[in-house]
Amino acid sequence: MTGGIPGGRPPGPALTGHEVAAAGTPPTIIEARDVVKSFGQTPALRGASIAAGAGEIVAIMGPSGSGKSTLLHCLAGILAPDEGEVWFAGQRLDTLPETRRSEIRRDRFGFVFQSGQLVPELTAEENVALPLLLGGARRAAALKEARPWFGRLGLDGMERRRSGELSGGQAQRVALARGMVARPEVLFADEPTGSLDSVSGELVMSLMTRATREQGTTVILVTHDARVAAYADREVVVRDGTVSALAVASSGAPQ
Amino acid sequence: MSVPLTLLGLLEREPSHGYDLKRDYDTWFGRGKPLPYGQVYATLSRLARDGKAIAGPAEHGEGPDRKRYAITEAGIADVEHWLSEPTPPEPHLQTVLFAKVVLALMLGRPADHYLDVQRAAHLQRMRELTDLKEKGDLMDTLLADHGLYHLEADLRWIDHTEARLDMLAQAVQQ
Repeated sequence: MTGGIPGGRPPGPALTGHEVAAAGTPPTIIEARDVVKSFGQTPALRGASIAAGAGEIVAIMGPSGSGKSTLLHCLAGILAPDEGEVWFAGQRLDTLPETRRSEIRRDRFGFVFQSGQLVPELTAEENVALPLLLGGARRAAALKEARPWFGRLGLDGMERRRSGELSGGQAQRVALARGMVARPEVLFADEPTGSLDSVSGELVMSLMTRATREQGTTVILVTHDARVAAYADREVVVRDGTVSALAVASSGAPQ
Repeated sequence: MSVPLTLLGLLEREPSHGYDLKRDYDTWFGRGKPLPYGQVYATLSRLARDGKAIAGPAEHGEGPDRKRYAITEAGIADVEHWLSEPTPPEPHLQTVLFAKVVLALMLGRPADHYLDVQRAAHLQRMRELTDLKEKGDLMDTLLADHGLYHLEADLRWIDHTEARLDMLAQAVQQ
């Protein structure tokens, strides 16, 4: 099923609990509804629901093993849920074939993980340009798109360095540029400051929120760190595989 | 916050009028809670009485009479002592948070609900302080960070408590 209005409310049954759209809030762009996911006999998600509006920064918090990263992976179409639905920009994501989900991940989503995961053989600017190259852009055009990110993220002069020649904070900013270069509609960030000291982590969060707000990019941010979550517009708490309803309603009027 | 010692510290930079001290205090330390003029002049009078500062002659000019205050050796010694000794760590052992959780458990009321709304309120305040950091200067950042780390400590206690709520309920209901 691929119908619906891009960026609008996805068609489907009425939501029961955690709908966040209310007067004055942006239209929902990405949503998980009652998602269940197990790994073997171990349940990770037991009916988790979350929705994020266009341009919104939502932090997913929760203790270790609560299922917050699994929820991010289901939202991003990396994992297919056992039950429930995932919607993105008006289309059902979880029932698409993997090749199609892979295209959406490449063309419309960006990713930043705990440690940069830069390709060590490539220079920093090649790493940033990578999503564009994989999307079929010519090398010169991709590098031209990539370069302004170095100035924006305080990385001037680092363009030709390889990941081994960058500090942890610099590498993570390169990873952020890579996640943002293709102007994604949703950026998924899984503990993006987890391997950084507090000052470097703060810089990454400050730059990430500024860049995504400028571009109107929605951010799904998984973190266990409250100071990182405080950069988001609101937080949800995942506990035992479900999203705490109270936390969903925490930043505004009760839903 | 010790207002007398802070004013003395500001005086150690250079002799100043009460007006200048109030302005500097509000700029650096006031943050939404400016020092009343009355308190500034009362404090300066006490410091002069106690030999920590001396007041110059009243200067006549436009507006009210003004006196310039200068720090004394005794005042400098006080500032030096204050800045070198640790501030007593506040253990916060009798906080409202703690009392509410224990009472809720004693009365069989939903302590987890209270902890959830408290977490949301803490995070909301952390967002405001983070916003202040993003928009402010380095002084704002330093001040906001102090608040953020304290709120974070509360949040960790909230999470920790929530994880042990069943055990705590048994303990207080015995």
